[in-house]
Amino acid sequence: MPKVHKIRRGLNIPLKGEAEKVFTRVDLAEAYAVKPIDFPGLTPKLSVKEGDKVKAGSPLFFDKYRPEVLYTSPVSGEVHMVRRGERRKILEVIVHPDSEQKFEEFGVEDTSTLSREQVINKMLNAGVWPMVKQRPYAIVANPDDKPKSIHISAFDSAPLSPDLDFAVKDEADAFQAGVEALKKLTDGKVNINLNAQYPPSNVFTKVKGVEFNYFSGQHPAGNVGIQIHHIEPINKGDIIWTVNPLDVIIIGRLFLKGIYDATKVIALAGSEVQKPRYFILKSGAAISNIVKDNTNQPFDRLRFISGNVLTGTRIDDNGFLGYYDNMVTVIPEGDHYEFFGWASPGFNKFSHTRAFLSKLIPGKKFALHTNLNGGERAYVMTGQYEKVLPMDIYPVHLIKAILAKDIDKMENLGIYEVAEEDMALCEYVCTSKTEVQAILREGIELMIKELGE
Amino acid sequence: MKSLRNFIDKIKPNFEKGGKLEMFYSTFEGFETFLFVPNKVTQKGSHIRDAIDLKRTMIIVVLALVPALLFGIWNVGYQNALATGSPTEFWPIVLFGLGKVLPIIVVSYLVGLGIEFTFAQIRKHEINEGFLVTGMLIPLIVPVDIPLWMVALATAFTVVIGKEVFGGTGMNIFNPALLARAFLFFAYPSHMSGDYVWVANLSKGEGIIDGFSGATPLANAAAYQIDKIPSAMDMFLGFIPGSIGETSTLAILIGAFILILTGIGSWKIIVSTLLGGLSMGLIFNAFAVNPFMEIPAWHHLIMGGFAFGAVFMATDPVTASQTEKGKWIYGFLIGLFAVLVRVVNPAYPEGMMLAILLMNAFAPLIDHYVIQASIKKRKKRAAAAAKNS
Repeated sequence: MPKVHKIRRGLNIPLKGEAEKVFTRVDLAEAYAVKPIDFPGLTPKLSVKEGDKVKAGSPLFFDKYRPEVLYTSPVSGEVHMVRRGERRKILEVIVHPDSEQKFEEFGVEDTSTLSREQVINKMLNAGVWPMVKQRPYAIVANPDDKPKSIHISAFDSAPLSPDLDFAVKDEADAFQAGVEALKKLTDGKVNINLNAQYPPSNVFTKVKGVEFNYFSGQHPAGNVGIQIHHIEPINKGDIIWTVNPLDVIIIGRLFLKGIYDATKVIALAGSEVQKPRYFILKSGAAISNIVKDNTNQPFDRLRFISGNVLTGTRIDDNGFLGYYDNMVTVIPEGDHYEFFGWASPGFNKFSHTRAFLSKLIPGKKFALHTNLNGGERAYVMTGQYEKVLPMDIYPVHLIKAILAKDIDKMENLGIYEVAEEDMALCEYVCTSKTEVQAILREGIELMIKELGE
Repeated sequence: MKSLRNFIDKIKPNFEKGGKLEMFYSTFEGFETFLFVPNKVTQKGSHIRDAIDLKRTMIIVVLALVPALLFGIWNVGYQNALATGSPTEFWPIVLFGLGKVLPIIVVSYLVGLGIEFTFAQIRKHEINEGFLVTGMLIPLIVPVDIPLWMVALATAFTVVIGKEVFGGTGMNIFNPALLARAFLFFAYPSHMSGDYVWVANLSKGEGIIDGFSGATPLANAAAYQIDKIPSAMDMFLGFIPGSIGETSTLAILIGAFILILTGIGSWKIIVSTLLGGLSMGLIFNAFAVNPFMEIPAWHHLIMGGFAFGAVFMATDPVTASQTEKGKWIYGFLIGLFAVLVRVVNPAYPEGMMLAILLMNAFAPLIDHYVIQASIKKRKKRAAAAAKNS
C-alpha cells in the first residue's frame, strides 16, 4: 500500500437523499445552455446569434481576452435565446436540440502521434479546453502556460456527491485516452488522487503512466486543492492544472471519436427528491425532465442547485446543469420563521459544534434547508474555520486580509493555495454567517487584476 | 405562535423605513429575532448553514454560568448567616441571597442592554448578543455589598468605552466584564477590596457577631495568616467569602464542562491557564521566602477568581488569542501572571483580573508572531522550491 495522506480535519454533513446506484438514461432535454457565469473572470464574446444552427462542438462564444478559448454547444440544434442580466451581461446561451444529433468533426487521432500544440488546439477547437482549470485561482487554464503537474481527484467528498467510481465504470477507454492527452500538456506528473478508504475503481487504478496518491478523511479530503496542498503546495509562480475525472472522459472521447460528446453521468440527490439516482445526460442539460414529478414538495418551496449544497449554483426548476457540475441537489427552502429557534433542543439540527441534542443520535441524517439559521455578525468565535480547513493556512486572517485588500498579506497567508470549494465548509460552520466564498473570490479577482494570472 | 407571528408581521411596517417608529427598528428587530429565528435564506455561497448562531452560542455560555450564579446566591445568604449568627436554613438564605443578587443582575442588564440598543440604532446595526453574557458576568465578579449605582456606572463605562467605541461586540480589545471590574477596582477601591465588602451587610456592621472576619482566603494568605485560610475542601466547594459567583470552584467546573462539551469554550485556554497558574505556584514553592509562597501550588487554582477567570473570562474568543497555538501561550501566561501578581504584590490580591486584562492587550501580539511564523514558513518553502527548479 502506498503512502496515505491522512486528512485529519474536516466535516461530513450527513444529508438525506443520497443517490441510489442506478443509471437512468433520459431523452434529450428540451434545451441546453452554456453559462458564462460558470467560468469566473470570463468576459464572453458571442460567436452566434439567436436562430443560428449549430452542431455539437460549434462555438457559441469565446473569451474576449483569449479568443482561442472556445465555448461550444453540447448538442446540435438552434440557438434559441441569449439570456442577459443586468448591464446586458450574458447569463446563458440556450440551444434547442435537433432530434437527430450532428457533430462537428475534429478527427480521430492517436494522441501519441500528436505534438503538445496539436493536442491543445484540438481541445480548444472542440470546446473542452475550459475543463482544464488552473491553480492558483481555480480559473480556466491558460493554454500558453506549462504547468508543473496535473491533478485529477478521483473522488468527491462533498455532501451527497456522486460516487465517481460508479459514474466512470463503463468508460475505461475514454478515461485512458483523456489521461494520454493530459500527459502531453505537462512535463511533470499527471496525478490521480484516490480515496484510501475503499478499493477504487479499475478505471482509475489501471491507468498507465500516472502517479497515484491516496487520501483518507472527511470532506474536503476529495477536493483537489486540499490534495495538492498535501502533495506539492503551490508557491508563488507555480501553476498546476486540475481536471475532473468525468471531464477527462469527455476529453478522451474527443481523441477516440473525434467529436465533442458531452455525455456525462450526474447524480440527482437531496432530501426532496423522490427517487434520487444517477442520470446519463449531456452537459448543460435543462433539469426539468429529471425533476418533473420527482420531488416531495411543490417546486416553489424547493431550492434547485446545480452542484453540491456547499459550492453549487442556485438554478430554477427549469434551469441548466453547470459546465463543471456532476450533480443536481434539491433541498427545501428555509424561508420560514422559527419560534425561539435558537433555544430549541435541536434534534433535527445539524451543527459542527455539540450545542444541539442531535449529537446524541449517532448516524442520524438530516434534511437541511436553506435558512441562514441566524443573523450576520462580526467575527466572535475563533478556531472554527481551522477545524474544517485541513491546510496549513490561517483562514480568518486570510479573509480579513482580503477585506482589507492587502495584496501582500493575501499572498503571504496562502491565497494561491485555496479556492472557494476548499473554504466552503468554513462558510458553512461560521457562527457569524460570513460569506466566505464570495469574499475569497473577490480576493482572487483582486489578485488577478493587480498581478495578472 | 401563529398569532404572535401575525401580530409581529402586522406591526412590523411601523418600524421599517418610512414607518412612524423607524427610530426603534434595531430594538424591534432585536426582539423579533429573539422570538423568531428570521426567515432569511442563503443567497450566496453555501446553500446550507450550520444550525449554530451567536444567540445559541451566547445562551450556552449563560447556561454554563448558571451553576456559579445559583451557588453564588446561596453563598451570599450563607455568609451573611454566618456573620450574623443566624440559622443556616436553606430557603431563608436563598431568599436573602436573591434579594441581594437579583438587583445587581437587573441593573447590569438594564443599563448594558439600554446602551447596546441605542448604539445599534444609531449605527443601524442588528443588536449583538454579546452583552447577554457580559451582563451576567458583571454581577458574578463584584462583591455583594457594592452599591447599585456603581454597578450601573461601571456597566455604562465598559459598554461605551470598552466596547462600542471600538465598534461593538467582536471589535473590543479588553474583556468587557473585566473592564467593568477594573474600573470599579481603581475608581472605588474601598468598595472593591478589604475584609468587609465580601459579605452582605458586613460593612454596615449591624448585628455582626464578635470576631467574625469577612476576609477572603487570598487576603488571609497575603497577610500571612495561613492558619486562617479555610480548608481546601471549603474553598473548592465555595463556602468562603468572595465575589458573588467566583467562590465555588465546583460550580465553575460544571460550567467549564458545559463549555467544553458543547465546543463553545476553548479547552486549550482553560487547560493552559490552569497549567500556567500551577507552574507559577510550583516556582514559588521552590523559592519560597514567605508563607504565601509556601501554600501548595494547586491551592491557587481554587482561591479567589482564578477558576472563574480561567473558565469564563480568559476564554472570551474576542479578546483572547485567535490562533490555536496562540491560545496555549495566552492561557499559560494568564495563569502565570495571575499567581505572580497575587503573591508578589499584596496591594492587588486579585491578580487574575489584571493578568487577563494584560494578556488581552498582548493577545494580538501573540497572534502576530504565530502568523509571522506561518508566513515565514511559506516563504521558505517558496524559496526552497525556486532553488530546486
